[in-house]
Amino acid sequence: MPEPGLPSTKRKEPGIVPGTTKLKDLPWWALFLLLLGVALVYAILTKPTYQTAFLFIVPGLQVTISVSVIAFAISLVIGLIFGLGRISNNPIIYNIATFYVEVVRGIPMIVIIIYVAYVLVPLVVDGINNLGQSLIGIPLLASLGRAFISLHITNISPMARAVIGLAFGYGAYEAEIFRAGIQSIERGQMEAARSLGMTYVQAMRYVILPQAIRIILPPLGNDFIAMIKDSSLISVLAVRDLTQLGKLHRSQTFRTFEPWNTVTYLYLSMTLLGSLGVKWLERKFKTGGR
Amino acid sequence: MEDKIIQIRGVYKSFKHVHALNGIDLDVARGEVLLIFGPSGGGKSTLLRCINRLETVDRGQIIVDGVDVTDPHVNIDKLREEVGMVFQLFNLFPHLTALQNITLAQEKVRKRPREEAAEIAMQLLHRVGLPDKANAYPDQLSGGQKQRVAIARALAMNPAIMLFDEPTSALDPEMIKEVLDVMLDLAREGMTMVVVSHEMGFARAAADRMVFLEGGRLIEEGPPEQIFTEPKEERTKRFLSHIL
Repeated sequence: MPEPGLPSTKRKEPGIVPGTTKLKDLPWWALFLLLLGVALVYAILTKPTYQTAFLFIVPGLQVTISVSVIAFAISLVIGLIFGLGRISNNPIIYNIATFYVEVVRGIPMIVIIIYVAYVLVPLVVDGINNLGQSLIGIPLLASLGRAFISLHITNISPMARAVIGLAFGYGAYEAEIFRAGIQSIERGQMEAARSLGMTYVQAMRYVILPQAIRIILPPLGNDFIAMIKDSSLISVLAVRDLTQLGKLHRSQTFRTFEPWNTVTYLYLSMTLLGSLGVKWLERKFKTGGR
Repeated sequence: MEDKIIQIRGVYKSFKHVHALNGIDLDVARGEVLLIFGPSGGGKSTLLRCINRLETVDRGQIIVDGVDVTDPHVNIDKLREEVGMVFQLFNLFPHLTALQNITLAQEKVRKRPREEAAEIAMQLLHRVGLPDKANAYPDQLSGGQKQRVAIARALAMNPAIMLFDEPTSALDPEMIKEVLDVMLDLAREGMTMVVVSHEMGFARAAADRMVFLEGGRLIEEGPPEQIFTEPKEERTKRFLSHIL
């Protein structure tokens, strides 16, 4: 597939038919996609069935985007912590981190989301309730204990569980990206930093991570795009994201073309824009950009 | 008695199945320039890296400036501030300019204010002959320039000792001199230096003592004149005949 905006690597053949090579190199697939978009917009503007579908579904865009952004931000924090754990010399830290990464990467994302929402979150809530029971006997902490006991599983919305589930699932993949990025920096960098008297944390923060970030930005960007797509899985928790609204509209109107054409095109717009952004990042950092 | 700034006592170190160091005893006096030479795999770099604990020893004791490096409870970061190290492959920080390479540890470790650190860095860049490269990134510098910045980076911490791990062996021949000149200056100023190198010209001009290391053992030691003209060991003689 030709990439838009990039010159073809193929040698230009001297003109048998002048101009044909240029036509061949155009990103036809993107133009075709644009045409489909125009057709969809035209349908939305002219056909009432498309119009109602679009108006019903478009609020889901905000849910999809905000869930993806928040979950991805949390997964980056998890990824950094567990990625560092994966290269730790401490066997306890290393094994905990590896356990998490290997287990989570071995489970389908949809199962992780369901498991977190209906098993892990209730388990943690139970734990907090029990902790409250034991705190209530201690005079100073009684009010905190009562607050802990009153926490109920229904206090945690499906949307919050969806965010936790996605972040928990993606954290494992981000951890591996962080680990690989840090390990791609030569050993001499850490040695030079340490030989100057920097602590491990200082060397990581000022020497290793700034270099690793440049390397891992494109793969992190790709994972963000994947997160946007995988956020459709949270519809199993009845969160009203794009996919869930598509399902609802179909079941309310018994129409399939209108909601699913709309949903599909909205996802595509986000992911294709995203991959353009990633390509830009790649080019910016390819030539040792600073 | 002379002031021994480094004392190495019965040090053993092995990697997997290789015995890198087989019982090394060695002292370095304050202000001394010691040159370690010998065939590759002889344990030279390992010994050097044990002095600031980039490698831990299996057995034995190393005392640097009164601090027992081999004691796992000792604050090694504190000691490393006093022991500068220069690496074969420079190990400059590629995301920072020459100036920032020299100021980073001053600010984060020595806690010097930014302006003071920059001022010291500029002085050092003058000293190594690169004041115009302050804002250059490492990949814009030649090998010799990189190594001079790396020396300046280590000196900025005001170390009591400088360790050089084959500082010129990754350099093109015409760049070796510019680095050796900086090292010669340092030696003349009385810096304590432990240098792993095969630069025999430098040894003649600056070393107070040379030690020949092979198979993790100290084969011979002595002042350069003696090592060059009448080495006691046949092995030393043979090795020198190959590199001189």
